[in-house]
Amino acid sequence: MSALPEAPQTARGESNATEAALDADGPAPANAGAPSSGIGVGGWIAAGWLIFVVAIAFLAPWLPIDSPTARGAGPRLPLFTEGHILGTDSSQRDVLSRLIWGARASLIVSVGAVIIGLVVGGTLGLVAGFRRGKIDTALSSVFDILLAFPQLVLALSLIAFLRPPASSDPNVADPSVSLTSIQILVIALGIVAIPLLARLTRSTTLSWSQREFVLAARAQGAKGARIMIREVLPNVLPAMFSLALLSVGIAIIAEGGLSLLGVGVEAPTPSWGNMITENRNVRSAPLNALFSPIVALFFTVMALNYLGDAVRRKFDVRESAL
Amino acid sequence: MSSNTVRILKLILRKLGQLVAVLFVVTFFTFLLVRLLPGDPVDLLVPVATDTADPEQQKIIEDRKAEITADLGLDDPLPQQYWGWLSGFVTGDLGNEYTVSSTIPVSNAVSDALPPTIQLILYSQILALALALPVGVISAYRQSGAFDKAANVGAFGALSLPNFAIGLLLAYWVGVRLNPSLPEWINIPPQGYTPFPGFNAADWSFQANVANSVPDHFFSLLLPALSLAIGQYAVYMRLLRSDMIQTLQEDFILMAKSKGISNKRVLWRHALRPSSLTLITVAGLSVGALIGGAVVIEVIFGIPGMGSLIASSIIGREFVTLQSCVAIVAIAFVLINAFLDILYSILDPRIRNVRAS
Amino acid sequence: MTTTAPEPVTTDTSDQPLLVVEDLSTTFTTERGPIRAVEHVDLTLDRGRTLGIVGESGSGKSVLSRSIMGLVPGYAERTGSVRFSGQEMLDAPASALREVWGVDMAMVFQDPMTALNPVQRIGHQITESIKEHLDYSKSQRRDTAIALLRSVGIPEPERRLKQYPQELSGGMRQRVVIAIALACGPGLLFADEPTTALDVTVQAQILDLLEAQQRERNMAVVLVTHDLGVVATRADEIAVMYAGRIVEQAPTETLFRQMRHPYTEALLRSIPRLDLPSHTRLEAIGGRPPDLMNPPSGCRFAPRCAYAQDRCTAEEPPLIDDGDGHLYRCWFPVGIDQPQTTVDSVVEAPHVRAPGDPQATEPIDDDPAPTTTEEDT
Repeated sequence: MSALPEAPQTARGESNATEAALDADGPAPANAGAPSSGIGVGGWIAAGWLIFVVAIAFLAPWLPIDSPTARGAGPRLPLFTEGHILGTDSSQRDVLSRLIWGARASLIVSVGAVIIGLVVGGTLGLVAGFRRGKIDTALSSVFDILLAFPQLVLALSLIAFLRPPASSDPNVADPSVSLTSIQILVIALGIVAIPLLARLTRSTTLSWSQREFVLAARAQGAKGARIMIREVLPNVLPAMFSLALLSVGIAIIAEGGLSLLGVGVEAPTPSWGNMITENRNVRSAPLNALFSPIVALFFTVMALNYLGDAVRRKFDVRESAL
Repeated sequence: MSSNTVRILKLILRKLGQLVAVLFVVTFFTFLLVRLLPGDPVDLLVPVATDTADPEQQKIIEDRKAEITADLGLDDPLPQQYWGWLSGFVTGDLGNEYTVSSTIPVSNAVSDALPPTIQLILYSQILALALALPVGVISAYRQSGAFDKAANVGAFGALSLPNFAIGLLLAYWVGVRLNPSLPEWINIPPQGYTPFPGFNAADWSFQANVANSVPDHFFSLLLPALSLAIGQYAVYMRLLRSDMIQTLQEDFILMAKSKGISNKRVLWRHALRPSSLTLITVAGLSVGALIGGAVVIEVIFGIPGMGSLIASSIIGREFVTLQSCVAIVAIAFVLINAFLDILYSILDPRIRNVRAS
Repeated sequence: MTTTAPEPVTTDTSDQPLLVVEDLSTTFTTERGPIRAVEHVDLTLDRGRTLGIVGESGSGKSVLSRSIMGLVPGYAERTGSVRFSGQEMLDAPASALREVWGVDMAMVFQDPMTALNPVQRIGHQITESIKEHLDYSKSQRRDTAIALLRSVGIPEPERRLKQYPQELSGGMRQRVVIAIALACGPGLLFADEPTTALDVTVQAQILDLLEAQQRERNMAVVLVTHDLGVVATRADEIAVMYAGRIVEQAPTETLFRQMRHPYTEALLRSIPRLDLPSHTRLEAIGGRPPDLMNPPSGCRFAPRCAYAQDRCTAEEPPLIDDGDGHLYRCWFPVGIDQPQTTVDSVVEAPHVRAPGDPQATEPIDDDPAPTTTEEDT
C-alpha cells in the first residue's frame, strides 16, 4: 500500500487532538473534554455528608440528645418543636435521636457486611485472578452459584438459616449459638457481598496480572505472593474501593428492605430500616417519623453512589468490570 | 441459510446444557437450606411439637414425628433425599407444611402467590421500558442539552432512592392524598390487590369498584409497578443513552444520514436497534434486583404474591414453603437469564456471526 | 485536457458547473478553542469530471468533502458558498439538504466495515434511500437493488439482499456501500478514501468500478485520498490539501509535470516505487501536521519544509495562479523536472508493496533528514 508515512512516534503529542478531530467527522462535542482531576465539588460535598453521618453515628452516645427509646408523655409532637426538631413518633419518641442512633445501626450493618465482602471476597478474587488455573475455576463456579440467586432472596434464606428459633420456645433455643439480629444481618449481607466483590477483584486482577511490570517482576524471580500483594493489589484497590462504596449503599438499602420483611434490626434498637417499617402505614403513621429516615437514607446512598462513581472515573475503572 | 440455523440450534443446545447444570446446583443449595438447619429438622418443621410430660400426648407427638420423618425421607442418604425432593418439585409436589394435627401442601399457597408477582414484574418492566426508550433516545440525541441534564440528574436520584421508599412516597402522595380527588372511575388505592378477572372476556367489567373490574386490577398494581419501574427505568435509561451516544458516532449513522432520510428515521431505525439489543442483556442482569424489589414492594402494598409468602414463611418459620419459594425464584431467575441470553444471540446478527465463525 | 470529457446533457445546468465552492471555511467549536479545519477553499467541478483531493491524515480533506455536502455536526460552522446546480447549499435548511442527499449527492465512506449498519439486512440498506426519494413500488425497489448489486459486481445479488454486512468480505461490503450511494443515481459522488481500508488487490477493482459507474452515469466524482498514486490516473484535476488549505491545485497532467509546492513533492516521494532499487528508503515527511488550534505563522508547511526561508515563517503565501489553471501557495515554488515524476512513470510504477519486501514500504520514523534519499545497507 502506498500510504503517507506516519509521522515520527517521538513527535506525538500536542497536535493529537487536531488529528483525532479531523480523522473522523470532526472533534468531539464540547463537553467531552479531559476528565477533571480529583473528585470535584460534588465529590467533596458527598464525602462531607458521609463524614458527618459517620461522625454523628459514632458520637451518638455522647451527643446531647434524648434516648431513642424513651417514651414521652402527652401528645405526639410535630416537626420543628422546641427540643424535638424532627418531632416525635407515635410512641412519643424523639425522631432525631432515633435517626442518629438508627444511622449507627444501619452503618454497622452495611459497613460490617461490606468489610466481610471485601476481606473474604477480595482475597478470594485476588487469588483466583492471580493464580488462575484450578483454583480460579473452583472459586469462580462457587461465585457463579451464589450469583445465580437474586441477592435479596439469598440474604433472606441466609437469615432464615441463621435466625435463632422462636424465643417462645426455650427448649429448642441454644443460647450459645444464637446471634443478635445485627450480627445475623452483617453475616448474611456479607456473604451476599462476597461473590460480587470477588468477581470484580478477580477480573481486575486478571487484567493487571498480564501487564508488563508484573511479568517483569516474575522474570526477576520475585515470589508469587509478593508480586500479588506488592504489584497487583495496589492497582486493584481503586476498583475494589469504588465497588465497596456502592455496596455500602446497597447494604443500607437492603437493611431497609429486610426490615420491611420483618427480619431487619430488631426493636427496640432503632435503624433507618425499622424506623421506616414502624411507620409504613401511610394512612395513619406520623409523616415526620416516616420521611426522616427515608430522606437520610436517600442522601447517604446518593453520596455513596456519587463518590463511588467519582472514584471509578478518577481511576478509570472500566464500567464493564463492575 | 440452513447451516446458520444449525449453528443457532447448536448454540441453544450448549446453553441448555449449561442451564441444566446450573439448575441442579441451585436446587441442591436450596434443598440443603432445610436439611442443614441446626438441630433435628423435624423439631424445626413442627415448632410446637415439643416434649410434654403427658405420656399420651407424647405418644401422639412421637407418632407424628415418625410420620413426618417418613414423609420427608429423612432417614435416607442425602442424595436420595434430594432426588425425592427434586422429583416431587418438578411434578408440582412442593412438600408440605406440618403442624401437630395437619399436613398442608405448599403448592396451593405457591400457585396462589405466583400470578400477582408475575403481573407486578411484567407491568413494572413495561413501564420502565416505556419510559426509558424515549427518554434515553432523546437524551442521547440532544446530548448535554437541558433535557439530557435533567434526565441524568433524575436517573441518578432514582438510583439512590430504594424502591420501598418510592413505594411509600407514592402510596402516601398518590394513594392517600391524590386518590380522593381523582374522578370516580380512577381508584388508585395505597394498598391492596385486585386479581385479574381471568381470561374470559365475558367476565370482565370495566367499572370501578365492582367485581371482576379490569381497571381496578391495573389501578391496584399501578403504584407497586411504578415503584419497581422507576429504579429500573434509571438503569435502562442510562445504559441506552450511553450506548446510543456511541452508536450515533458510528460511520453507518453518517452513511444513513447521507442517504437523505429524516433524522427521526436515522435515530429510531438505525441507531436504536443496535443499542436496544444491549438493553436485553442488562434487562437480564437486573431481573435479580427486580425479584428482590418485588418481594419488598409486595409486603408494602399488601399484594399476596411470592414476596409476601416468603416474608410470612420466614417469620412463621415455615421452612418448606420458604425452600420452595426460594427454589422457584432462583429457577425463574436462571431461566429468564438464559432465555434473554439466547434471545440476544438470535436477534443480534453481529453476535450470531461472530459465534458462527 | 484529458480524453474523457463528456458534455453535460441536462438542459438547465448545461451552461454552469455542477458544483461551485467559493471561499469555504469550516470551523469546529471545541472546549479548547476553535479548530479551523478547512479555510478559504475554492473549487469548481463539472458533470462527468473527477476532482482528486489529496493530503495526509489531519489535513482536512475529509472535512472538506463533508462540508461541501453539508454532512457536518452541529458544532461545525461553515462560511463561504457552496452552489450545487446553481443552488446555494450552505444556508439551505436541513429538509432541503435531505432532498439533495442520496438523490443528487451521495457519499462512499472510507471503511466498509463500519459504514454499514450491522443489524440491518443489505437489501433494506440499499432500498432505504430509494424508498425515501423515489416513488417506486416494493418489487421495483427490489429489482433496482438487485440490478445495483449486479452492476457493482456482486454475484448472486438476490441472495445478498437477505444477508447482513458481517456475512460479506471487505471488498464486497465496499461494493455494497457504492451500490447504496448509487441507488438514486446521484449527479455528484463523494468517495472518501474508498479504498484505504481494503486489501491492495481489491483497491484497484473498487477504483475501476467507481470509474466505470462514473462514465456510465456521467457523474461528477470527488475522490478524497491520501495517495497521489490513486488520483494520478483517475482524476481530471487534483487539489492538494495541507492543514486545512489547498496548497496546490492543477489539472492532473500539469501537476505531475511541474509540481510547484514542496509538500506535493514530498507526498510524491513518499510513494513506494518499484522502479527504484529495492531497499530504497522511502522518504517520510518529517514532523507532524500542525495543530490547527494554534497554526504556525506564515506558511503552514514551513516548519516541515526543506526549502523554507525567513519569508515563509513571516508571511503566508497567497494562492498564486500560474496562468494555465495551476494554483499553488508557495513563496519559493519548486520546479521538479525529473523523468520519474511524470504522470506516466507513476502509472507505470505500480505503487504496491513488493511481496517479501515489507521494508520497502515502511516509513522511517526517526529519519533526521527527511528529504534526502539514502541507500539502506
